[in-house]
Amino acid sequence: MSVWLGVIIGAVAVYSWKALGAYVPQRFLERPLIARIASLLTVALLAGLIGIQGFTAGGQVQFDARVPALIAAGLLTWLRVPFIMMVAVSAAIAALLRAFLGWA
Amino acid sequence: MPNNSGTPIAKKSRAATIPPTKGLLGKSIGVGLATGFYGISFGALSVAAGLDIWQTMTLSLFMFSGGSQFAFVAIAAGGTPAIAAAITSAWLLGIRNGFYAIRMAPILKTLGLKKLVGAMLTIDESIAVATAERDLANQRRGFWWTGAAVYLFWNLATFMGALVGEALGKPETWGLDAAAAAAFVGLIWPRLRERQALIVAIIALAVATLVSPYVPAGMPVLLAGGVAVVFGLTNWFGKPGEQSIAAVEVPTGESKP
Repeated sequence: MSVWLGVIIGAVAVYSWKALGAYVPQRFLERPLIARIASLLTVALLAGLIGIQGFTAGGQVQFDARVPALIAAGLLTWLRVPFIMMVAVSAAIAALLRAFLGWA
Repeated sequence: MPNNSGTPIAKKSRAATIPPTKGLLGKSIGVGLATGFYGISFGALSVAAGLDIWQTMTLSLFMFSGGSQFAFVAIAAGGTPAIAAAITSAWLLGIRNGFYAIRMAPILKTLGLKKLVGAMLTIDESIAVATAERDLANQRRGFWWTGAAVYLFWNLATFMGALVGEALGKPETWGLDAAAAAAFVGLIWPRLRERQALIVAIIALAVATLVSPYVPAGMPVLLAGGVAVVFGLTNWFGKPGEQSIAAVEVPTGESKP
């Protein structure tokens, strides 16, 4: 599938939830089970993305300069540092470890 | 809440006389600016993941949901075979917006085109600002003002970020791969207060990482999503008793779409 087609289908798919919520009767999605799965789904998908983006490369498990960067990201978020600054510092840590200490 | 006893005209004029909450407009714009600011990182990461500027802008203009957008580009970086999984992951991450829309429908009471536009602006920030207000008129103002501000600044920032990303070159040199992972840490953080959510997160992270050598690109994240379904169905480590729609919490304080 081409990237463009993916971008368009993805955009429509994400918007479909918003439209669905605006039009369906309130009781339809209000059941506790559905609300709980929806809430946990967000957490699980984001956690999965941390794993893939942080600890794998080219489909293989790999621990490299991203690990200290992620530890810093956790610490900075915990300290309530603004999002953009936290992301920038994490990137800088990985970049510096690669440039000056030869990390992968 | 305005009472319903008056005539339609009287009701309308009464609602119009409720003044905006002091500082509401500033708060809406402030949230929009703060959120928009990190749209810069989305734009840069999207280009680093291999999308062009216009694909990146299409995501910000029409998908308009930070978590879903970050997920889409992270998985689409795996190449065209991963696109289907990128769509699915972005779609599943967008489910919470559906719950927000349900919550906003009786407050907004809009119809037609305005309802469709309102649906587009239904994101973490607009809901967080709206639900912090006490009366209907200001809940509506908070929703529309914040939604519009975030939309404007998020798209401007995405464009700037994409230009920056194009100028940077090899993503790893600048630690942009680490930045993408860090972005997900920031997005998940406000959702980890409950023990059940924390346990699901740890297992999901381990599952996605460990299966990645054995399944096609994109699949690990979907399998991680399966962890949520298992825990949701069984409610392992969950709080006993009924949970309601309020379980889909709106992160407040920090502003993230």
